[in-house]
Amino acid sequence: MPAVVAGVAAELAGIGLMTTAVWLIMRAAEQPPLSALTVAIVAVRALAVTRGGMRYVERLAGHSAVLRHLAEVRGRVYDALVRRPLNGGDALTRLVSDVDSMQDALLRCLLPGAVAVVVGVIALVATGFAWPLLVGLLVTVCVIPWAAHALAVRHLRALAPLRSALAEQTVVLLDGAAELTAFGALERELAATGQVVDSLAERERRGGLGAAALAAVAVGVQFGVALAFLLSGAPAHVVLGSVAVLEVALPLASAAQRWAEVHGSVRRVREVLSRPEEAAPPETELPVGRVGVVGASGAGKSTFLRQLAAAHPGLAKGVLDDAHVFHATVEANVRLARPDASQHDLDRVAALVDLDVPWDTVVGEDGDSLSGGQRQRLLLARALLADPEVLLLDEPVEGLTIDHGDAVLHKVLDHTTRTVVLVTHRLAPLVDFDHILVFEDGRITQQGTHADLIDTPGYYRDRWSTERLPVTANSRR
Amino acid sequence: MRHVDRRYAVVLGVLAVVTAVVVLGQAEVLASVLSGGWSAWWLVAVVVARGVVVWGGRVVTQRFASSTKASLRKQVLRGSAGPSVRAGSVVTLVVKGLDAVEPYFAGYLPQLAVAAVVPVAVVVRLSFADLTSAVVVLVTLPLVPVFAALVGLHTRDRTRAQWAGLAVLGGHFLDVVRGLGTLKVFGRAAAQAGTVRAMAGAHAASTMRTLRVAFLSALVLELVATLSVALVAVPVGLRLLHGGVTLQVALLVLLLAPEAYLPLRSAGAQFHASAEGLAVLEAAAAHGPPPSASHGSPPRGTLDLILPEGTDKSTPSGTACGQPAVRHAVTVTGARAPDLRTAEIVVDRVVVRYPGRDALGGMSLRITPGERVALVGPSGVGKSTLLAVLMGFVTPASGRVLVGGVDLREVDRESWLRQLAWVPQRPTLFPGTVGENIALGSGGGVRDVRAAAAAMGLEHLVDAEHALSSGERQRVALARALVRDDARMLLLDEPTSRLDSGTEEAVLHATRRLTSGRTALIVAHRPVMLGEVDRVVAFG
Repeated sequence: MPAVVAGVAAELAGIGLMTTAVWLIMRAAEQPPLSALTVAIVAVRALAVTRGGMRYVERLAGHSAVLRHLAEVRGRVYDALVRRPLNGGDALTRLVSDVDSMQDALLRCLLPGAVAVVVGVIALVATGFAWPLLVGLLVTVCVIPWAAHALAVRHLRALAPLRSALAEQTVVLLDGAAELTAFGALERELAATGQVVDSLAERERRGGLGAAALAAVAVGVQFGVALAFLLSGAPAHVVLGSVAVLEVALPLASAAQRWAEVHGSVRRVREVLSRPEEAAPPETELPVGRVGVVGASGAGKSTFLRQLAAAHPGLAKGVLDDAHVFHATVEANVRLARPDASQHDLDRVAALVDLDVPWDTVVGEDGDSLSGGQRQRLLLARALLADPEVLLLDEPVEGLTIDHGDAVLHKVLDHTTRTVVLVTHRLAPLVDFDHILVFEDGRITQQGTHADLIDTPGYYRDRWSTERLPVTANSRR
Repeated sequence: MRHVDRRYAVVLGVLAVVTAVVVLGQAEVLASVLSGGWSAWWLVAVVVARGVVVWGGRVVTQRFASSTKASLRKQVLRGSAGPSVRAGSVVTLVVKGLDAVEPYFAGYLPQLAVAAVVPVAVVVRLSFADLTSAVVVLVTLPLVPVFAALVGLHTRDRTRAQWAGLAVLGGHFLDVVRGLGTLKVFGRAAAQAGTVRAMAGAHAASTMRTLRVAFLSALVLELVATLSVALVAVPVGLRLLHGGVTLQVALLVLLLAPEAYLPLRSAGAQFHASAEGLAVLEAAAAHGPPPSASHGSPPRGTLDLILPEGTDKSTPSGTACGQPAVRHAVTVTGARAPDLRTAEIVVDRVVVRYPGRDALGGMSLRITPGERVALVGPSGVGKSTLLAVLMGFVTPASGRVLVGGVDLREVDRESWLRQLAWVPQRPTLFPGTVGENIALGSGGGVRDVRAAAAAMGLEHLVDAEHALSSGERQRVALARALVRDDARMLLLDEPTSRLDSGTEEAVLHATRRLTSGRTALIVAHRPVMLGEVDRVVAFG
């Protein structure tokens, strides 16, 4: 609100500056006594300073209000996500950039719009609702932005399928690049993607035509109004004043265009804020003892662990497959599991998992500056510090060499007396486990102890025999 | 400006000159009409001209920006289409990121050209009309960049520190939101809510501190511009009073003076767009060919990449090294590949270096023509890597691969790959029908494709386009290899790993057909495969 007031003041000062200066010169040409001009001279100087100052105030007030509003929105979005999480990293990234886009919606669309409307009304009142200005304002404040918005919406709608085609094509090209190279089809696929790129460019060019025409029309209207005033015999300061008034409305066309772009963001954020609470997680029975979970990738092991964690908050904790490392120090990341842990506790879990990174190391975005093995050991240390009733471990030593991984896992299992659920692609650690679940295609197909399972034909026995092969093989058949 | 090609620079120059002509003409006509000189209809002509210039300028710059974007997109795609693992960032760059260059090319650069030409034209015109006013503008105009630079210089370090802080704060929200699952697991989600608000509030406060300073330069700009108008208008008015100038000249001066500052203000307003556009251009340059030398060490998690243009960067091979390598994919020149029906393959003490670890451990292996070899061993030991080395996707850090006595690095890639058929661990399905997928890269006719599909039990799916199960995908990949008649060696990466026991039998049967009479290297995780080979090689 203060931003709108300051914005209106800045624009009015600008218009006033032009109008007064023109009046000053036209009046001076009539060669009146100097005293007739003093007020105008003072006004020109004052308005010149006011305009700059008010513009500065407008910018600051606008940004301050918007940033405070966005801080509040971030808090509410977070609360909404706690109530009901959003699936998929891409959706989250988009949501966060949606929140950022709201800044544009407020600062670049709504604020200039409000300022233009208020300035227009004041100018109309000042000119006694002169019809050229009324028509000019109607066109530049309502019709042109509306048309720009409609064009932009249509343009974006036409672009959307091409963009998703490009995204799909790019993913395929990059994911399948090795196969395309091996099968000599890379050039062909690059050419196909090039065609999508070209049609996208063609579409963009066509979309630009409408917007360019509108910009030209707006200039025409601006001076058309001046011409109408001129022909109706209005004084020069009114003619040029009307040009200055309509100048305020010109940016509304691009504001409307921008609004078409960010409107989706605003809507998506609102949707997230208004989503109802998530349904209770499916009931999952808590296992007891040492439980191993095996199966091919995508067979449902990780999902099973996440369900356990969701169904038993506070009891089942550990290293899940989507475990996140925060962009903070190693200590902050580990301490997260138990904020009141002593330094002694921290050092103990670090020793258990061979975590050799100094506590005050900042780990980078999602642990980027750690090696895969260090990141994994950090996650393990965090899980051990939490010391939950049920310790969930999803491939906890992935990224470590086999020997080192086995050794770390061995120490961890030796140390904890609680229930452990371990997802692993290596079967060796499971030999003395109480119970093993075999997942295939999303469900449990076999279960039992290691001894039971190697006696039964199936996935487990096959895997076990190939895992053991290196020791026995290298024979010529 | 080094990103701008010469033609566009010329176009922008012409546009700026035309803009200057229109700006001068408009002021001239308005001054003349208002002082009772020319007829009001002259204004119509000027406004039409101005409209045409606005329209034409936008169309031309938009066209150029679109074409530039298109060629950047193609360049990035070509440059990164290799078996690199980080597809995500490239997809974002290609689909969305490159849009940021549009405001740079279509907004900032044209404005910059206008800012270079129009103020000069205005000052020149003013000096003919009224020298005093011209001097005022000429003296104040440089104040704009000078003051902006002074404010910038004075606050640079502080601003930079604050922007750096902002980046951390801005990233924090995304970081926390991404880690929400983890926070929930450890019961910290509710506790973080307060932190999120506090951080967001601190973010806002800190941003405002930065902006208060950053906007100062805009304030200076604005003040100089408006004050100069006052500085020009008042004296001109006074001289007019005493008959020192004519009304027409006085109006012309008043109308032209603001036009000298306007382009500078507009260019300044678009500055942040230019910064983002430039950053994206840098990113695009890093992806596109030619591969930048600074990327000698590959990013975390990627192999030392394979693309034809990137080969041999780590190995001092004798051929064609001094010359700038041929940039087109799959056209690296080299010796024609020896015929695999007779040529023996020798893997000689090969080591592949991944960031942080070595794979293959200097392994050696000899494969005679027609031999079927199984590779077994624990995950991560390098079985798939060996296949990648044989395809030339990965360059060994040391050791070499000889084909019929010729180093693989010196062999023409295209003719070499034509002799191979590869079934990857996770086959990619490309958009299109199953049949088209099977035909990938083979000149095979419809009948061959149908026969291969039938052999893999996929005949009912040849025309299907819907999603396939992982077992069906695997069989598509096998059919893809089967249809490649001229392939002399098969590289099968765990061909039955994702199949249930029912389909496994069918695939085994097909594999048997596939391997008969050909050399085959089979990565095996399940024992059933071992019955299909002549020799088992253990890794580890």
